[in-house]
Amino acid sequence: MSLTANDIKKIAHLARLNVPEDKMTLYTEQLSKILNFAAQMNQVDVTHIEPLASPLALNQRLRPDVVTESNQREIFQAIAPQVEAGLYLVPQVIEGE
Amino acid sequence: MHYKTIAELAKELETKKISSVELTQFFLERIKQFNHLNSFITVTEEEALQAANAADRQRMQGKATRLTGIPLAQKDIFCTQGIKTSCGSKMLDNFISPYDATVIKHFKTAGAVMLGKTNMDEFAMGSSNENSYYGPVKNPWDLTRVAGGSSGGSAAAVAAYLAPGATGTDTGGSIRQPAALTGITGLKPTYGRVSRYGMIAFASSLDQGGPMARSAEDAAILLNVMAGFDEMDSTSVNMPVPDYTATLNNSIKGLRIGLPKEFFNARLDNNIAKILQEAIKEYEKLGATIQEISLPRTDLSIPAYYIIAPAECSSNLARFDGVRYGYRCANPKNLEDLYKRSRSEGFGDEVKRRIMIGTYALSAGYYDAYYLKALKIRGLIRNDFIAAFKKVDVILGPTTPISAFKIGEKTADPVSLYLTDIYTIAVNLAGLPGISIPVGFSQGLPIGMQLIGNLFEEARLLNVAHSYQKVTDWHTAAPKEYANGEKSIIL
Repeated sequence: MSLTANDIKKIAHLARLNVPEDKMTLYTEQLSKILNFAAQMNQVDVTHIEPLASPLALNQRLRPDVVTESNQREIFQAIAPQVEAGLYLVPQVIEGE
Repeated sequence: MHYKTIAELAKELETKKISSVELTQFFLERIKQFNHLNSFITVTEEEALQAANAADRQRMQGKATRLTGIPLAQKDIFCTQGIKTSCGSKMLDNFISPYDATVIKHFKTAGAVMLGKTNMDEFAMGSSNENSYYGPVKNPWDLTRVAGGSSGGSAAAVAAYLAPGATGTDTGGSIRQPAALTGITGLKPTYGRVSRYGMIAFASSLDQGGPMARSAEDAAILLNVMAGFDEMDSTSVNMPVPDYTATLNNSIKGLRIGLPKEFFNARLDNNIAKILQEAIKEYEKLGATIQEISLPRTDLSIPAYYIIAPAECSSNLARFDGVRYGYRCANPKNLEDLYKRSRSEGFGDEVKRRIMIGTYALSAGYYDAYYLKALKIRGLIRNDFIAAFKKVDVILGPTTPISAFKIGEKTADPVSLYLTDIYTIAVNLAGLPGISIPVGFSQGLPIGMQLIGNLFEEARLLNVAHSYQKVTDWHTAAPKEYANGEKSIIL
C-alpha cells in the first residue's frame, strides 16, 4: 500500500495541515511505511469480533440539566490571540471556499 | 537530603527535622545545578516557596497530611492555573492555563509543593523525549542517551534526585518505558482510575496519568492522592480508592506469576533475559509460583495501537486551530490559511505524522480497513489478558526490549521507535494497570521489569513490586554524578 503525493495532499487538507513540496517525498514514504506496518493486522480474521473502542464498558454519565458553571469569558479570553467585544477574531472566510 | 524517599522525607517533615522551605530550596538548587539534563520546561521557584511556606504553616497548625510540604515535579501535560502549560509543543508555548487539572488540584489539597513542569515528547507522542519543542531530555546515566518518553523529563528528574517524585502520563508506555530507561519506578494505573480532566488529551481511550518515584512505596503514596472518581471526567470510574500503602507488606506466598512466552522468546536480548531470570528467582524465593502463559496477539498490538492512537489524536488535536488559544501564525490571509499554517508551524513532525495517519484511518473508504479492524484486534488482545488472568494473578516481563539508546539513533525511522513499545502497548489497549521497577543493569544502563495486573489491581501490583524492593536494592542505585559518591551506586 503506497500513498501518492495526491493522497498526502488530500489527507493534509482534511487535517488542515500544509505539507511543503520539499517534504512531500519524505511524508509519502514515512506514512506509507507506517500504513504498511499497520497492514499486519490483516494476518488475523476478525470478522466475528466486536470492536473494542474503550477498555471499560462505560455508559455516558448524565447529569441534571441545570446551570453549574459561571461565566469566565474574560479569564478564558485573556489568552486568546485576538478578541474584541467578547468575540474571537479570525480572518475573513473568502467567498466560495 | 535528596537520597531520601518520599516516605522518609515525610517522616522528617513530620518530626520537624527539616522544614518544607528548606527541602524545596534544596531541590530548586539541584534543578539549577543539573540544568543540562533539560528535564524541566518551567521551574516555578516563587510559587514553590510560597507553597512550602504555606505547608510549614499548615504543619504548625497540626493540619498536615503525608504529602504536605513534599516537593514534586509535574509533567507539562497537566494544566496548572496561571502557569505555562506547553505539552512540550510550540503550539502551546504561549499557553498560560486558566485552570488546574484535577490531579493538580488533588496535590494542592494534599499540600504538596510543585517545583515545576517537566519536559516531555510533544503532546505525549514519542518514546524518547526527542520530539519536544524544548529539546531532548538527557539520561542521567549517560548524557548521550535518551531518558525515554514521553515522560522523559519526569523520569530524569527523579533519577537524578531533582525531585523525590513526579507525575507522568502513559498512553502506550510513556510512564513505564522512561522509568525503565532511567532506573526508577513508574506506575500506569487502570484506565479510569485517575482523572483526565485538565490532562491534555492525546488518545482518550488510552491516556492515563500516574506516579513516578524511587520506590513502589512512594508510588503508592502518590497514587493515594492522584486516584479517585471525578465528575469532570466522564471516563472516570466511580470506585473507592483503597489506601495503597496499607497492603504493601502483604505476603506474596502463593502468588501466581505468569511469564508470556511471546515476551521471553529468542528475540529478547540475552543480557536482559538473564537479568529478568534473576528477578524471577527472587520472586520464587518469596514463595510465588511461576508458569508460562501466552499472549498470542502481542505482535499485533503495535500496528493496532499505531492506528487507534493516531485516530484518536487526530480528533483531539483538531481543537488547536489558532483561534482561541495557543500558537497563531503571523498575518493569516484567510481562515483556511490560519488553520493550516498555525497547525503546520505549531506542531512538530511526529505530531503531524500521527494526525495524518489518524485522519486517513478514519476517512471514508478506509475506516473499516484500518480503524475498525484495529478496534477488533484490541478486543482480541483484551480477551488474551482475560484468559491469562484466569490462570495467574500477575504477569511479568521486561518493560522494554532495549536499554537507553543514543540520542538521534532512532529519529530517522519512526517505525523502529514504535517497535520498542512491544511490551507496554497491549496494557493500554486492554486498560490494565502496569508498573515498571528497576531490576539490574546491562552495560551500565538500567533495565526495567514490568508487572501487569488485572483491572483495578494497583494495590496488588504495588505490593508485588514492594516485596521485590524489600529484598533487593536496584531501586536505590544512582548515577554517581548525582549522588556525590555517597549512596550505593553502580559503575
